[in-house]
Amino acid sequence: MNALKDSLVELIRRTSAEIPDDVNRALVTALENEKKGTIAASALKIIEQNIELAKRKSQPICQDTGSVIFYVDCPVGFDQIACEEAAREAVKAATKIGYLRQNSVDSLTGKNDGTNLGPGAPVVHCHQHRSSEISVRLMLKGGGCENVGAQYSLPAEKLHANRDLDGCRKVILDAVLQAQGKGCGPGILGVCIGGDRATGYEYSKQQFLRMLDDRNANPELDALEQDILKTANELGIGPMGFGGKTTLLGVKICAANRVPASFFVSISYMCWAFRRQGVTLGAEGEIEKWLY
Amino acid sequence: MIPLTFPFTEAQVRALKVGDEVSISGIVFTGRDAVHKYLHEGGALPPGVSLRDGIIYHCGPVMMKQPDGTYKCTAAGPTTSIREEPYQWQIIRDFGVRGVIGKGGMGDKTLAACKEHGCVYLHAIGGAAQVLAECVKQVRNVYFAEEFGSPEAIWELEIENFPAVVTIDAHGHSLHKEVLAASQAALAERL
Ligand code: SF4
Repeated sequence: MNALKDSLVELIRRTSAEIPDDVNRALVTALENEKKGTIAASALKIIEQNIELAKRKSQPICQDTGSVIFYVDCPVGFDQIACEEAAREAVKAATKIGYLRQNSVDSLTGKNDGTNLGPGAPVVHCHQHRSSEISVRLMLKGGGCENVGAQYSLPAEKLHANRDLDGCRKVILDAVLQAQGKGCGPGILGVCIGGDRATGYEYSKQQFLRMLDDRNANPELDALEQDILKTANELGIGPMGFGGKTTLLGVKICAANRVPASFFVSISYMCWAFRRQGVTLGAEGEIEKWLY
Repeated sequence: MIPLTFPFTEAQVRALKVGDEVSISGIVFTGRDAVHKYLHEGGALPPGVSLRDGIIYHCGPVMMKQPDGTYKCTAAGPTTSIREEPYQWQIIRDFGVRGVIGKGGMGDKTLAACKEHGCVYLHAIGGAAQVLAECVKQVRNVYFAEEFGSPEAIWELEIENFPAVVTIDAHGHSLHKEVLAASQAALAERL
């Protein structure tokens, strides 16, 4: 299983040091759209330089290398326990090399043992499917942007948000307003309409696995995604909250069933340092191809 | 870009206004949660550290110790400043600070202290750890490394052409307040 561990270390390195193409394209377009000579344009230019420098030096794009979250899709019969063990070993090794910062703190004692391992760290989600393919996706989710995530319970009287799509739109835009200047925008929203308090946030995060320029297969959600993106970018919040045209780079929304008594809208915010990658693995655990 | 060079005099700082882009060169000291709380509670600065006409940088850098005992800075992005809001005004007043570098902006107490004592808030680009680390030319010293741990220590850095934006000036203006008010109004029209 050493090949598997090595593959996962390489997955961590590339995720931490290289922005995926779809995100980079969105940032380049954002820079083109901002007026020359504005502070919004300067901010995006520094972001571009930073992306280039991190890639060249194989060093973390941002010093907060975030929560380490793996999503594994595997065939029936795949050894999930061994895979989780390899993930832990890979995280430990990647931390030693410096692809990950010593970033995991014991919540009770405040101690950081420098390994990035502990209860809930890293997170490994395994999911079986009928295909024979093994794929591992990785997200490094920074703390600053995690802090501006929000969960609304509808109806939300103050925002005049009822239990319908218009109510969802209102609370999602409120979250964008509240997040301004924090969470290192321009950001990307992952949203789940419905679910419970735990699954709502879980599904909202999984939306970040989608390609930034894909379209939602559900026409209603697709329309809502496009509307929120357009409206948010008309608010003038801009990169870093400096003012400007680019407040969000993307919006991804899913829906999950709820119980009649609850109606949650859960919103996860991802900073511009959108670190996610994925690989498919061969039978020995070697990397076959990159997914983003 | 307006060059801002050490020592950061009151005249230099008062000449800046919200929205100005600056390029900072000279000596700055890092300080985050532990340092702010300690100074607020009456703690003294260690010998060798003076914030008079100086800049405090909200940053927990990643430092690699070199074989010869010196340090190399490998990541140096700003951390969220608002956590220091309860303390910052007093540190500006008591220690003669002229500039605070951080991210996310600060509140009314800091805004008032900037106006009264002649200080500015300088917003660095959040997440740009590599670009900003390149601006650190030398790690001159470290204080309180034992007491507070490396990210929370006071690091004395020599920086060159460090880019930042003035988002709170010494005249009572805050870009954060302006953008918030404008975006709230824009959203109200679109609901
Ligand atoms: S929000 Fe993102 S870019 Fe900003 S400091 Fe955190 S991880 Fe880095």
